[in-house]
Amino acid sequence: MTGQRGIVICGGAFAGLGLALALRQGLGPEIPVIVADPALAMRSSRDPRASAIVAACRRMFEALGVWDQVASDAQPILDMVVTDSRLDDAMRPTFLTFGGDVEPGEPFAHMVENRQLIDALVARAEAEGVTLRSDAVIGYQSRDNSIAVEFANGDVVEASLLVAADGARSKLREQAGIATHGWEYDQSGIVVTVGHERDHQGRAEEHFLPAGPFAILPLKGNRSSLVWTETRSEAARIAALPDNEFHTELERRFGLYLGELKAIDKPRAFPLGYFVARSFIAERLALIGDAAHVIHPIAGQGLNLGLKDAAALAEAVVDAARLGIDIGQADVLDRYQRWRRFDTMAMGVATNALNVMFSNDVTPLRVARDIGLGLVDRLPPLKSAFIKQAAGLTGDVPRLLKGEAL
Amino acid sequence: MSSSATTVDPAEVARFSRLSAEWWDPAGKMAPLHKINPLRLTYIRDAACRKFDRSARSLGCLSGLRILDIGCGAGLLCEPLTRLGAQVVGVDPSESNIAAAKVHAAKSELLIDYRCTTIEEMNRHERFDIVLAMEVVEHVTDVGAFLDRCAAMTKPSGFMTVSTINRTLKSFALAIVGAEYVLRWLPRGTHQWSKFVTPDELARHLERNRFGITDQAGVVYSPFADRWSVASDVDVNYMLIAEAV
Repeated sequence: MTGQRGIVICGGAFAGLGLALALRQGLGPEIPVIVADPALAMRSSRDPRASAIVAACRRMFEALGVWDQVASDAQPILDMVVTDSRLDDAMRPTFLTFGGDVEPGEPFAHMVENRQLIDALVARAEAEGVTLRSDAVIGYQSRDNSIAVEFANGDVVEASLLVAADGARSKLREQAGIATHGWEYDQSGIVVTVGHERDHQGRAEEHFLPAGPFAILPLKGNRSSLVWTETRSEAARIAALPDNEFHTELERRFGLYLGELKAIDKPRAFPLGYFVARSFIAERLALIGDAAHVIHPIAGQGLNLGLKDAAALAEAVVDAARLGIDIGQADVLDRYQRWRRFDTMAMGVATNALNVMFSNDVTPLRVARDIGLGLVDRLPPLKSAFIKQAAGLTGDVPRLLKGEAL
Repeated sequence: MSSSATTVDPAEVARFSRLSAEWWDPAGKMAPLHKINPLRLTYIRDAACRKFDRSARSLGCLSGLRILDIGCGAGLLCEPLTRLGAQVVGVDPSESNIAAAKVHAAKSELLIDYRCTTIEEMNRHERFDIVLAMEVVEHVTDVGAFLDRCAAMTKPSGFMTVSTINRTLKSFALAIVGAEYVLRWLPRGTHQWSKFVTPDELARHLERNRFGITDQAGVVYSPFADRWSVASDVDVNYMLIAEAV
């Protein structure tokens, strides 16, 4: 008798599935783990985007046994170039370059297509006995010693813990009455995949253009994934342009250094914002991933923050279960919140500062930031500290992010 | 569990529910106990896993073991140990503590044998794989007699865990002045320094019962991190494992 009930995770994206798998592996079959998401009804994910998976999160996927399935299609970022330039500058002087290894032979990040990673996580979760439900969680009731989770089809499951991994507009966060603190940027990110004639040689580029960052992230097979920031109105205009005019705008920013360009999928614009939930926890409820926070994509850290949440919450819950402590108890959830909320706010502040600093064409700021980048580029210890930080390997790192099984 | 349905006074039940909620609120009056609870549980669990060759990663690592928790309060140790599979007997001389413990165990749907009694009054022939005297010896009138009974009720194949406060200048400064007067974690007068017990004194009493101390660890508070941790410093709070030699 474990005297513990199960865990229901609402939301089957990276953070939710990563958490489910980590819990299942750490807890074994005695405590049921359920992931509920209507998107699980589809045979495979249709997410067209790609994501940078930093070294710490890659270690976590290795520990969870899913990295092997995506490794051959994952493009290591071998080199990174940062420039600060105006749109029509003929030359874009390089201010910062990163050789991409955190440890010899371990690149600080890989580019992975979301759908591949989601499919690998779903397959592994199913194989290890996570219960996958394709119906939505519509609400919950707190009981004396449990939380009663209500599903769209009328089922009610009594659990020890409910996890909201249901995205930026989390319904569960709303039901819990947890407010968020943040703002909207007058920026949208245009996401598109482009094919190019020549090999990118694993190089990522981030051009700080006046409207915001323009990032070129390498994918396998002479393709790159773009995150292209513009003001909201300009982004909407560009994303809706006919193919030939879109191509002109693309070429103006991308340049021709990789030869002829071609958009492979339809460009889509996502409005950018920042928020952090006032609390990551409530009674028998924990928020993870985008339900807890959304940050500016300028440093490519959003997804990685969600995976760190999953790793920290899994560790807090597994450690408690192995001591016989009620896994939904307030002090267990409090450990998770103390672990993650400060780190999240620090990352939010840093990405916001970068955006404010770079998304403009004000000369004194331009000079200041270029001196800053130039200094970082010339100071190897500082640079390596930045790389370690970006790779998620600093601070009080949860065991999974060090590649250790729970 | 027994219940005497005919004589239940609703006002009493409400009082015990309140008391139980107080004990079990991690941010309430018992906050210090909640903070050290994971350390105490880890210490007991790991000793049990070593002794009985179990895996600490298994959620049922204590299954089949009989445990006696002396001075169990509202069951902060009894409940987790039961979830790990142990059959737990919790004894406490306070009637209201036992009532509060029973209320909470029922809520948690755990079967725990709570008894309002003292070790001296227990059946002399009961035997346990593990006997726990956590934060108790500093409150008893005769430490030697108390430990004699603990030893007698521990199976030869089992062990005893004792946690208490050392009698040092440092413990006077931290456990009395600090915890009761400055930080006010505990009501004044909770502890009397003269009743604190040194590891050597415990060792002598245990030796008389052919028990030896096989492990000891300090429990140390770091004020800046607001965190308790296990360390080698046994000057204030400490725990030990004693086994038959």
